[in-house]
Amino acid sequence: MSETKITMPAYVPPPPRRLLEPHRIFLLAVFAGIVFCAIWFLRWDWLPKYQWKLLHGIWETLFLLFSTAAVGFLLAIGLGLVQVTGPRPLAWLARGFCTLIRGTPLLLQLWLLYYGLGSVFAQYPEIRQSMFWPYLRQAWPYGFTALMLSFAAYEGEVMRGAFAGVPRGELEAARAFGMGRFTMFRRIWLPRAIYRALPTLSGETVLQLKSTPLVATITVVDVYAIISRVRQDTYLTYEPLLLLALIYMCLTGILVLLFRFLENRIPSRGA
Amino acid sequence: MAAPSGFLNLDLLALSPPGWGGVLLAGFAASLQLAVGGFGLGLLIGIGGAFGKLYGGPILRDLLEVYTTVIRAVPELVLILLLYYAGTDAVNSLLMLVGLPRVDISGLAAGIFVIGVVQGAYSTEVLRGAIKAVPPGQIEAARAYGMSPFKTLRRITLPAMLPYAIPGLSNLWLIATKDTALLAVVGFSELTLVTRQAAGSTKAYMLFYCAAGVMYLTLTLVSNRVIAHIEKRARRGIAGPV
Amino acid sequence: MKHILKTAFAAAALATTAFTGAMAEEVKVGVAAEPYPPFTSPDSSGKWIGWEIEFMDAICAEAKLDCVVTPVAWDGIIPALTSGKIDMIIGSMSITEERLKTIDFSDKYYNTPTGIIGAKGDDFDATPEGLSGKIIGVQVSTIHADYAEKYFGEGAAEIKQYQTQDEANQDLAAGRLDAVQADAIALDAFLKSDAGACCELKGNVQDDPAILGAGVGVGLRKGDTELKDKVNAAIKAIRENGTYETFSKNWFDFDIYGG
Repeated sequence: MSETKITMPAYVPPPPRRLLEPHRIFLLAVFAGIVFCAIWFLRWDWLPKYQWKLLHGIWETLFLLFSTAAVGFLLAIGLGLVQVTGPRPLAWLARGFCTLIRGTPLLLQLWLLYYGLGSVFAQYPEIRQSMFWPYLRQAWPYGFTALMLSFAAYEGEVMRGAFAGVPRGELEAARAFGMGRFTMFRRIWLPRAIYRALPTLSGETVLQLKSTPLVATITVVDVYAIISRVRQDTYLTYEPLLLLALIYMCLTGILVLLFRFLENRIPSRGA
Repeated sequence: MAAPSGFLNLDLLALSPPGWGGVLLAGFAASLQLAVGGFGLGLLIGIGGAFGKLYGGPILRDLLEVYTTVIRAVPELVLILLLYYAGTDAVNSLLMLVGLPRVDISGLAAGIFVIGVVQGAYSTEVLRGAIKAVPPGQIEAARAYGMSPFKTLRRITLPAMLPYAIPGLSNLWLIATKDTALLAVVGFSELTLVTRQAAGSTKAYMLFYCAAGVMYLTLTLVSNRVIAHIEKRARRGIAGPV
Repeated sequence: MKHILKTAFAAAALATTAFTGAMAEEVKVGVAAEPYPPFTSPDSSGKWIGWEIEFMDAICAEAKLDCVVTPVAWDGIIPALTSGKIDMIIGSMSITEERLKTIDFSDKYYNTPTGIIGAKGDDFDATPEGLSGKIIGVQVSTIHADYAEKYFGEGAAEIKQYQTQDEANQDLAAGRLDAVQADAIALDAFLKSDAGACCELKGNVQDDPAILGAGVGVGLRKGDTELKDKVNAAIKAIRENGTYETFSKNWFDFDIYGG
């Protein structure tokens, strides 16, 4: 038997795919062509008149998003925690609240809060003397409350899973070290739960951004309301809505990048 | 003296006139039709999209990526306006360009199209994840047996990925039932719009909005029960979470 | 039997009317999905009732058109007309220069001044000075929204735009608004109802025909001259033969056609 040495070539992994493959360049060219046609052929002469209002509307949208997300998240921590540890009646209440809010559309909740309470105010004029009246009069507290409760209900579910998923061993080790309950919560349970939940939270915050246009139906002036004004003044069908879609896509992109930055800051064990 | 249009005037909810209950139930039926139609259309688009993303060529994959990213980045309300007005306008313009007469797209068809397109993007992602979870050995065995791609899809892939897809799909069904409320903004007579009309005509806002909320909540709770049952049956033989 | 009768009727209609459009064709009449009593509002069986619905029945009978009521959201009703979803708009839409750029109108079929209502006990008049510092409510996509922006925009504390007129009236009753500007006739109907007991008419605003328009007309697509002629002929006919007065008497005790 002849001894022929069989040499196999060393394994060469395939080259990583570059971003600008030929088909991508083709698609980008087509996309650039469509954008150019859109800018050239459609009417954009209304933009200069509304640009400051649009910026103000974007600011209003972002303010609503971050304020409702922040306050809603605080409430969600409470809702999630009480379902994992707390006394049974409170846990049932929290569970019922989450089911109620998650089971009905946000638009309905908004209208119920604003117009439903409005009809109560019509029947009891004495409320106008109370000190809350300046806030009850305006529209944005109702938008804020509805969005905040909605965010809290959805996040409450997420946080419940996150709190339940932190390994018991870590909590017991904290207690063994002599940490008080609140210190254990502050240093171990809450941060570990947030790290687990962060990817889901980023998705939910994007969903919250997509829920903000609904407040325009109760006269809160956000960017969607400004575009509605443009539509009613100019009778254009495509252009204002396309611009609005573009604005929201940019805002979503910024949000996703922000959360990705936060996720990279989570300490994780590297080799 | 406030008129008896307060919260406790349940006569307004009676099923026959002068109660508005019949109108509300008709609106609820329209919402259900929309949700079922939209969810079904979304599933079909999702199956196509998932296969395109997994097994398709590079251009198809990039186009589908653009589709899912755009739909997931733009609010449903804006998408509904775009697809309802601009979409039907574009369809009719295309038909007129080709020379066919303009077709009348009913409100229901336009609504189902809109919800279906939005759901399609999300179900593409859900189904793609579920198909990836199917053990590849089963699909290779099907190919070794000489089954055509369509037969493999029908007999192996779809049934095997069902238990993994059900949690995501059930979430999408609940989202579909609530997104139908957004069609009130384009004037389609589903439950939220008829509730607003009834509340506006009788001024009993609290009563009607709470009644509509009860209807939506019932739908959610019944759906949850049905889905739990379906999931239990689909997960036969698969170990539960520890 | 029914089929024979229908054919006989169609043949008779064909024979007796002028050269075109004898067979009843389906015409989709767009009304605002938002209730606007007393002109259009849904009743508790889901049917649309109101002065404008009776007007629509009268002119459709006169012009031999098969009219189908199609509710469309008010702020999308003009795009719905131009894209062919509906064929006419009967929704208290005023004839203005701005709208004439996009759509066409029939002759006017009623006219209404523009009024401002406010809470009883709150004394102000319907002028820019009287309304400075006040919160005013209007409906989106109406001549009132444009007028309020132009005349009361600098002075007023805020101009809130509502999706439906009902909601604006409701917020006035709830105390969230100081004033509401709308068609005087519709406001009158609100003030006469139970919910309107809180408020009273403060006056009519100074007219500006460029913004407030020259009466209410039927909205039609540009170039749809055949339908426009039929509608104009029908309006003239019902004014002349007294049908207009007959059904208007059920709703109003004065002639709303206006000067």
